Amino acid sequence: MATAVQTVERENYLNSDYGIKSWLLTTDHKRIALLYLVSITAMFWIGGFFAMLIRLELLTPAGDLVSSDTYNKLFTMHGIIMVFFFLIPSVPATLGNFLIPLMVGAKDLAFPRVNLLSWYIYMVGAITALTAMVMGGVDTGWTFYTPFSTTYSNTHVMGAAIGIFITGFSSILTGLNFIVTIHRMRAPGMTWRRLPLFCWANYAAALIMVLGTPVVAITLLLVALERAFNIGIFNPQLGGDPLLFQHLFWFYSHPAVYIMILPGMGVINEIVTCFSRKRVFGYEFVALASIAIAVLGFLVWAHHMFVAGISVYAALVFSLLSYLVAIPSAVKVFNWTATLYKGSIRYETPMLYAFGFIGLFTVGGLTGVFLASLGVDVHVHDTYFVVAHFHYVMVGGMVMAYMAGLHFWWPKITGRMYPEAWAKLSALLVFVGFNTTFLPLFIVGYMGLPRRYHAYPPEFQVLNVLSTAGASILAVGYVLPMIYFLWSLRYGEPAPPNPWNAVGLEWMTPSPPPTHNFDETPIVTWEAYDYEHQPQEEVTVGH
Amino acid sequence: MWKNLPLFPERASALAWQVDGLYFLLLGVSAFFTLLIFALILVFALKYRRSVHPHAVQIEGSLPLELAWTLIPLGICMIFFAWGSLIYFQEARPPKGAMEVYVVGKQWMWKFEHETGQREINQLHVPIGRDVRLVMSSQDVIHDFFVPAFRVKADVLPGRFTELWFRPTKTGTYHLFCSQYCGTDHSRMIGQVIVMEPVAFQAWLSAEGATGTLPENGQQLFQQLGCATCHRFDTQGRGPNLTGVFGKAVLLDDGRTVVADENYVRESILNPGAKIVSGFKPIMPSFQGQVSEESLMALVAYIKSLAQPQPNEPGGNHAPAPEKSNVQ
Repeated sequence: MATAVQTVERENYLNSDYGIKSWLLTTDHKRIALLYLVSITAMFWIGGFFAMLIRLELLTPAGDLVSSDTYNKLFTMHGIIMVFFFLIPSVPATLGNFLIPLMVGAKDLAFPRVNLLSWYIYMVGAITALTAMVMGGVDTGWTFYTPFSTTYSNTHVMGAAIGIFITGFSSILTGLNFIVTIHRMRAPGMTWRRLPLFCWANYAAALIMVLGTPVVAITLLLVALERAFNIGIFNPQLGGDPLLFQHLFWFYSHPAVYIMILPGMGVINEIVTCFSRKRVFGYEFVALASIAIAVLGFLVWAHHMFVAGISVYAALVFSLLSYLVAIPSAVKVFNWTATLYKGSIRYETPMLYAFGFIGLFTVGGLTGVFLASLGVDVHVHDTYFVVAHFHYVMVGGMVMAYMAGLHFWWPKITGRMYPEAWAKLSALLVFVGFNTTFLPLFIVGYMGLPRRYHAYPPEFQVLNVLSTAGASILAVGYVLPMIYFLWSLRYGEPAPPNPWNAVGLEWMTPSPPPTHNFDETPIVTWEAYDYEHQPQEEVTVGH
Repeated sequence: MWKNLPLFPERASALAWQVDGLYFLLLGVSAFFTLLIFALILVFALKYRRSVHPHAVQIEGSLPLELAWTLIPLGICMIFFAWGSLIYFQEARPPKGAMEVYVVGKQWMWKFEHETGQREINQLHVPIGRDVRLVMSSQDVIHDFFVPAFRVKADVLPGRFTELWFRPTKTGTYHLFCSQYCGTDHSRMIGQVIVMEPVAFQAWLSAEGATGTLPENGQQLFQQLGCATCHRFDTQGRGPNLTGVFGKAVLLDDGRTVVADENYVRESILNPGAKIVSGFKPIMPSFQGQVSEESLMALVAYIKSLAQPQPNEPGGNHAPAPEKSNVQ
């Protein structure tokens, strides 16, 4: 339609069509990825704003900045937004959406319209949840434990639950699209053993999305039913069982942490190989580890319930299985480290973030082993130790990987280079800020401070002040990329098709790619991460 | 320990050392692996940087290495698993003869009642060196009883009893926290556990005074609510004779056997139709909504006392008969 033909630029997915309608009605996976990118970035800042308020409140032992009820709503909304509206869609819906068709050599995802539908569903869910928050918020914790959420909370539980319920469908549809695309739309020669590990990881995550999300949707529906119609499902006064809720909730929400982390692990494979110019160490083991995590991840949910009143023998089994799920993660960490061995390593921003990911994920994973251990879990359960642990995995791990991926593929997505020096500074700030924020919380947690406390005994203050100070460094580390990414859209140097001299089909098409991705269907005759046959780049670095 | 910046919780129970021991092992092993990974990344990143190592050497992988870093962590994990489970089993099995305290959690306070009848709110006095078992339930939402210095924690649920035990080894005053989020004043649902020398504890008990022991109060309720009409202390009652029942296996009319523990007694009061004792008719009305958590606990304590050798028999129509044995 709008044929504003550029003189220099060839036609690509960004300039092929203009106007708001061309975005809202697009079925191009790349444009939908950008729609998601804008949406989840907005959610990230809203959730981050709540986090800052939480950290400010915790500067002093007395609950003096906001009221108890407000504080409870803050951590609830921080959790709901970050988990359901940022972390779960983060890598899959943005980078996954953008890259999976490119990586397998396809024109689009298997169901382009379903892909657009999933974004609309996400938006309806997000707006529903945000409306509930604007109308007064919700104070149940993101975990919605019953009977508090069904009978005792006087806040907008229904709105938030329905928002999450709706968003769940977008997750299912995205997962479905990935599974079908990876099965059916790989280019000739792109065998399973040549598939980039990013696709393997997203495939594993997609399995969990499709199989797990319906369970949380049903669970939240049951919460809504009990709340609205007093049907006794979870409240013992109505004849229900509160532990039933926890079983159902964690049956999804534990695998959900692997929805969040697996795609991040996928990003790390691409980056570590590219910046050490090596094929990944133990490709099969890394690929199988993703699937092992997805499968075992479904069998460990009750480790959230060791002090909840489950039977001793159930606890024993779930403890054992929780150790087993730690092993494939360890395998991945060792393989990434071994990939560096005898590589030819460059310290570009994505690689710095990837280093940060491996280190912080290692800490997050190992502290998970503490929690799998029954005797220690009883003491640290529901304390700041757990808060520190999952932030190490989710923020130190997942958000680091997301940032790594955004920097790595930014030239591909936008056709512009970001400013390298600023980006390196941001990676450093995020790493330092993150550790300053969350390392003290392990100590606070083992000392016994329970999570979700609005006010706390004075002996915990020094470490909390340190944590809040770290959070402000972390905030700067996140604001910075926001600024230079936006800056680069206009002023960044135009990106060549393959700025990192990486292998992978997505680098064999122009930046930004044309709407149809490839001029000719590529035929794959090489292994994944075939850096041996990739010529060294002409650019001189590091001398 | 630094006065203004404590970095480690006090150890005031028999179990604390065991939990800390495992924690230190976990810390040591984790520190080793974290440092190993950090060191390897650092060394590789410097040694093989592009400027000194321009050409990567391609390596496919190594099965022995993959096996090593699968099996070694697995082996180490099994040590953690075994040790952690041993501690957990101890925590789950209160020693016989423990002193019992009944705990009710409600938004947002802790209520305690000693067997001897003393009541406390947000404070729990216990003697040093004595096993203490808590029988807990919640009046509303889920709470959690957590004493960091003892390294013990257990959720307190509505609709059922949960238990927790500890043996204090150090006198002092320790934090009691609710660690399961329970609404507005969750962070104010805190209290103290005060560990005293036995003599001081006895003095405290007598100074507090009490209107009747818990079983005595339970017995009164047993009469008031009319339980005694059917649950007679002979074989003629329309309900089972409750003497000596507590802690024993009970045969049900569907052929199952259950142990008459606190939760069974509770269920039988609130939902009597759920498990009918073999040979009896489901005629008992539910007392749901008529007895408070505290009354329930008193009734449980009373029925429990009926199973202990009594120096003087409980009043009323007493003629403790052997457990009614019924065959369908």
